[in-house]
Amino acid sequence: MSEAAASGVIAAIARDSRSRLLAFLAARSGDLAGAEDAFAEAFVSALQRWPADGVPDKPEAWLLQVARHRVIDAARREQVRKNSPLLPETIADEAQTVAAASDPFPDERLKLLFVCAHPAIDAAARTPLMLQVVLGLDAARIAAAFLVAPAAMGQRLVRAKNKIREAAIPFRVPEPPEWSERLSFVLDAIYAAYTTGWESAGDTAATHHALAAEAISLGQTLVRLVPDDPEARGLLALMLHCEARRDARTSATGEFVPLDQQDPRRWSRPLIDEAENHLRLAAARHQLGRYQLEAAIQSLHANRALTGEIDWPAIAQLYEGLVRLSPGIGSRLGRAVALAEAGELAAGWAALEALPAEAIASYQPAWAARAHLLRRLGRTAEACEAYLRAADLAGDAGLRKYLLEQAAAMK
Amino acid sequence: MKYILLTRATQETFSQPPDPAAVAAGRAYGQALFAAGVFVAGAGLGSPDSTSTVSVRDGKRQVHDGPYAETKEFLAGFVVIDVPDLDAALDWAAKNPNASTSVVEVRPLMGSHFAGETRKG
Repeated sequence: MSEAAASGVIAAIARDSRSRLLAFLAARSGDLAGAEDAFAEAFVSALQRWPADGVPDKPEAWLLQVARHRVIDAARREQVRKNSPLLPETIADEAQTVAAASDPFPDERLKLLFVCAHPAIDAAARTPLMLQVVLGLDAARIAAAFLVAPAAMGQRLVRAKNKIREAAIPFRVPEPPEWSERLSFVLDAIYAAYTTGWESAGDTAATHHALAAEAISLGQTLVRLVPDDPEARGLLALMLHCEARRDARTSATGEFVPLDQQDPRRWSRPLIDEAENHLRLAAARHQLGRYQLEAAIQSLHANRALTGEIDWPAIAQLYEGLVRLSPGIGSRLGRAVALAEAGELAAGWAALEALPAEAIASYQPAWAARAHLLRRLGRTAEACEAYLRAADLAGDAGLRKYLLEQAAAMK
Repeated sequence: MKYILLTRATQETFSQPPDPAAVAAGRAYGQALFAAGVFVAGAGLGSPDSTSTVSVRDGKRQVHDGPYAETKEFLAGFVVIDVPDLDAALDWAAKNPNASTSVVEVRPLMGSHFAGETRKG
């Protein structure tokens, strides 16, 4: 077999099976970093041997065998160095069984996701860890997406992996009482990847767009692993709804376009349909959750493509539920705006005024919403000031420009 | 896998006479650890006032009165438990009576050079 053909096969396995192989081995050794190193070496061996020997019948099993030998060697060395609780022979036996079996080996990536989003892991490391371990993104790319120096991101990831090994964070799928809390950490980490990728619409957006796509792919993986969990589907529906509008967020001339002024013909129908399908399947389980509610709100916005109108009273009601379920600043702000848009301007303004001042002082969406409601109230001078403050706080150049134009229109 | 659960308390807590309810809760916790077969060692610690600090510099021993650093909270007790993994250790930490008033720090015990000695003995 030619070198090019062999490396093509290896690249395909690295892409399609790496995280499953990693999950399987790490779940047994308890050492994520060690398992990553072992597979890196296994892939190097494959690159050396497959062109001459040919691709083995079960290439994944071959890689697993080589990697498990590395892990066992390392574990033996470690056991000599200190009293390691690891039982290399157990791993060996189990890996042998799996390697010999004809079925594809079990998909244990859910354990991997739960480890990455474990509450004992630094919250700032959970999302990057998932992107690296489950999707195989390199540290430099993750660092760029999170606007962190590559060395700092590398260190954060190493520290998290060391903690998994040294503190013995278990690779397990939690039982029901713990399940929803632990799953919520997984969902939050995926959503953090998506919003990091979403916030920028300007020209620096290439890495960010890619990150949003990676977040959706994580969400799709999760839904495949837990098809019956309504919140996992809710999160995926939410991300797909937002993704459907990516192109419509900027005009032909590159200007920012707010949601209610977007041209629905520029929304992606297939993505909306996929989102709606997930939301329908989620709703059928009758277990409401934060992500389902947020997806439902986006679904009502998407409905404008069919009806030409936005059902603000219904949106206000969904926000009401969201505030009860997760009373954060974001949901309370959304409720205030929805109330105002639904015709209850005074109630909306009162809800906005009720938000704690210190919590919204440098929260950009709050200033944009404030400006919008002040304009509706006819208080143009104050609206102008709020638009300027919102523009100051806007991270994205297109959004800043839009807000400055709104401010200018108030004069 | 062995973990140490460390608890802390303020100087005032040490100065006050022991609260019977807290003592009872502590005893119940110890019994629960013992009954579950996870207890390795543990004790409450004397007050910061009773603490001495020792250092050796250039072969010369120095002894100071009091804990190493003046902080708001002082080490007040510890339990060493032997459980399968961190999740189990965190569960026991959450059951520690101190978790509801202060914090419980959970740290893995590294493979110790004392371990070999213990096994011989």
